[in-house]
Amino acid sequence: MRTSNFDAISIEFFQSQIKKATIFIIILFGILILRLWFLQIVNGSYYRLKSEGNRIHLQDISPFRGQIFDCRGQILVGNRPSYDLYVTPEELQHPESLLQKLEQYANLDPKQVEKKLFKGSNIYPFKPVCLKSDISRNELAMIDTHRFNLPGVLVKTKPQRHYVYGAFASHLLGYLGQISENQINSGLFPYNNPGDLIGKSGVEKKWQSLLNGIPGGEQLEVDAAGRQIKVIARKESIPGANVFLTIDKELQIIAEEALNGKKGAVIALDPCDGSVLALASSPCFDPNQFIAGIKKTSWDKIVSSSGFPLQNRVLAGQYPPGSIFKMIVALAGLQEGIIDPEKEVTCTGRFSLGRRTYSCWRKAGHGEVNLHRALMESCDVYFYKLGRKLGVDKIAQYAEKFGLGKNIGFDLGHEGKGLIPTKAWKYRKTGVSWQAGETLSVAIGQSYVLMTPIQAAIMISVLFNGGNIYKPQVTKCIKKPSGEILYQFAPKLICNIGIEEKYMTLVKQALIDVVNKPNGTGRNAYMEDIRVAGKTGTAQVVAIDKERNAKYELPVHLRDHAWFVSIAPAEKPRIAIAVIIENGGHGGSAAAPVARDMIRTYINGMENITGSKQGKND
Amino acid sequence: MIDRRLIQNFDWILLLALLVLMAISLMNLYSATYAIRAFGGSQVFVKQIYWFLIGFILLLLMASFDYNILERYAFPIYLISIGLLILVVFMGKTSSGSRRWISLGPISLQPSELVKISIVLVLGKLLSDKGGDRPYRLRDLWLPFVLLGIPFILILKQPDLGTALLLIFISISMLMFVRIHWRSKVILMISGLSMIPFIWFGLKDYQKMRILSFLQPDVAPLGSGYHINQSKITIGSGLMWGKGFLKGTQTRLHFLPEQHTDFIFSVLAEEWGFASSLFLLLLYLFIILWGLNIAKNSKDRFGAILAIGIVSIFFWHVLINVGMVTGLLPVVGIPLLLFSYGGSSLVATMVAIGLLMNISMRRFMFQEMTIL
Repeated sequence: MRTSNFDAISIEFFQSQIKKATIFIIILFGILILRLWFLQIVNGSYYRLKSEGNRIHLQDISPFRGQIFDCRGQILVGNRPSYDLYVTPEELQHPESLLQKLEQYANLDPKQVEKKLFKGSNIYPFKPVCLKSDISRNELAMIDTHRFNLPGVLVKTKPQRHYVYGAFASHLLGYLGQISENQINSGLFPYNNPGDLIGKSGVEKKWQSLLNGIPGGEQLEVDAAGRQIKVIARKESIPGANVFLTIDKELQIIAEEALNGKKGAVIALDPCDGSVLALASSPCFDPNQFIAGIKKTSWDKIVSSSGFPLQNRVLAGQYPPGSIFKMIVALAGLQEGIIDPEKEVTCTGRFSLGRRTYSCWRKAGHGEVNLHRALMESCDVYFYKLGRKLGVDKIAQYAEKFGLGKNIGFDLGHEGKGLIPTKAWKYRKTGVSWQAGETLSVAIGQSYVLMTPIQAAIMISVLFNGGNIYKPQVTKCIKKPSGEILYQFAPKLICNIGIEEKYMTLVKQALIDVVNKPNGTGRNAYMEDIRVAGKTGTAQVVAIDKERNAKYELPVHLRDHAWFVSIAPAEKPRIAIAVIIENGGHGGSAAAPVARDMIRTYINGMENITGSKQGKND
Repeated sequence: MIDRRLIQNFDWILLLALLVLMAISLMNLYSATYAIRAFGGSQVFVKQIYWFLIGFILLLLMASFDYNILERYAFPIYLISIGLLILVVFMGKTSSGSRRWISLGPISLQPSELVKISIVLVLGKLLSDKGGDRPYRLRDLWLPFVLLGIPFILILKQPDLGTALLLIFISISMLMFVRIHWRSKVILMISGLSMIPFIWFGLKDYQKMRILSFLQPDVAPLGSGYHINQSKITIGSGLMWGKGFLKGTQTRLHFLPEQHTDFIFSVLAEEWGFASSLFLLLLYLFIILWGLNIAKNSKDRFGAILAIGIVSIFFWHVLINVGMVTGLLPVVGIPLLLFSYGGSSLVATMVAIGLLMNISMRRFMFQEMTIL
């Protein structure tokens, strides 16, 4: 009946096909099993690692950067909260209205926001995107009050470097900038990642490794959309150490106010150990500007400004010293036995050498002057004659004893060496041999001679501290937040200049009278209660031999630079100051009052602190 | 109708294997949907239980009548399934770019799952109709090819390359068990190979991308290669004993795509390790070989060919799905039978197993009848 029953041949064929199929199926299942063996057993640990890598997201916790204080523990650089505006793309409900609101509340350009949120590599829709960092207080208030209307918007807080007084001591403190790729690769920044801010200049750079702190980390479990599920482990970051400077904030403020609107530099040292009490260079910059990523226009403005605000004039500004150089020439003459300090020399207001005439700054001449008066009244003719007897190479020899013409090794940025010319130097440099007249100019600190303000401050310190050159330092101590001291200031004596004390006393005496005698050039620094010593200097920008009286009609940038170096109290020196005001005219009138104010504040302030606490009086 | 001998001959071993598989399947689906339980995941799990129950009733129903009746109904069933496929073209529900479902109120029917069975039925009928021991020639085979070609094209257009190819594999598997004249075989093979370029150019771009990214999975780790890379990580990270029930991180954190449908095997492999993937594959292998044995012992030609068809549905699904999730084959969207979530597939599979049991139960009937 059935048509579909097997016939013999078909059955035989069917059975043999079943056998073949069985083998075929077993082989293919064998391949699948081998494949699974390979994935799960042979390479299993590799895939396990990859699955852990998928699951666990490591997130750095940035450490608090150490704070910077002045010598009295007043904060100069700290960290303040920065409020950053984030949006989680996945949680948005009405993108258009959000863009509109963000423009209204936080001044965000809708096009920019749209680009950041919805274009590009937005593969993790649950990962918040930072739209604006460091929003203003007003913006924060607007966002906060409208938060219920802004789903997906959140404000995160992170510490941001804060220079409490803006441009205050900016050259000394330095600024932060993003770490470069080379720096990352150098291995010198083991605790920094790309995008981190590190010290790029000043103290911020010098103590970068201690200020930085050690980042902590979080192991987060995330899902495929990048959404955080839970924190698996957390290691807290270790904050950076706090740096205490030798700088005195009050003194620094006076120096900066004096320089305000001018170009110039002020440096104050403790002459007996080299610690820096104030360091100001003008024009300056506000390091806060550099934090959030400076705008190109602002950067260009800073860099291309004719005042070179980024330059630290205290270290890098090289100026002809003018008359302040005379103290070295005087010491050279004394130590070499060339002059008798009491012997008088006639100054007629001019000195002729060959066919040229070299004039004294006082046209009428000083008459009969000995060394003391020549220094006190800064008689040029006296020093022309002394210089001629010494010769330029002898002068250079003594200048070098004072550390001039070379780096002091003050590791706070680029340092200028200054310049102390010799015959050999000129020949090497220009191929022309030394002219006798040039020695005269060198003897009064003009011509090729160049000096930086820090060198000038060290020069007068050395004279008054018994001939010791101390390396200038700005760091008093560095403490971990726990109180552990990592670094403690210790004076670093470089050398003693080896000039007999009696000669130095002669020069010191003259410098005291520069300020204290009515006809001294530094009379403007005179104070009744504090005995100040000092020396003025006027560095010529252009040589105008004839009619120097006409200089006040010169355009500002051609006017002379005004120098004043000073020290106080003269008998037991505690503060040495060098002031230079570019194009400021005469040192006695432009620079000396700055030094006087600083000395008064410092000496009185110290007494106030050591004695009973009194209100600060003018 | 229910004979005592039928109860005696009931395939308890196949039923046991099926129950073990169902238990593992439900446990694994629970884990696969655990992370999304608040977003419809628990619903998925509960629905699958219902589908299993419905499937089980249909399975018993399918085993209850003599399968020879189906020889008579093969064509009508086939026509109904084709009708449903055509209905998909006009009123199908589109989901993620392809139109595969017919919406029936709260549930959706996937006619291509039904087509797998109807094509097995109709080919079973055609390949056992002919009496005598003469091998099949081309002129005997035109009808099977037309009957295969219609659903193939309709499904390819959905587009569902995987299921379309599966129909071909199942049909070829069935043809392997009938004798075909050698000349016809050669012609069939040549014309089959010459079809490949046409199929390639008929593919959608994303389908081509899948095949290309299968050949070079690391080229675009976040693009089309992402699925397969993540699946390999999921499976491989299970090691020998797995990460533990509900502890598969790849699954729980959604790194594994399509985790309760096409990639469900990886969920098991991650949480229970190589031990479980080996056990599961051996269980499938056992069911397949058991099915071959049923075919071998079948009392008639229709039953034998039908059993071969059902076994080949099983075999190709498991081979392609596991090959796909382990990175041996391109991702073509073939579910793992009885394991992946999906009502139509589950019910169709239970029906197929019901038929297999039917054939198994009645293997002695013919002989006994002759004795009687």
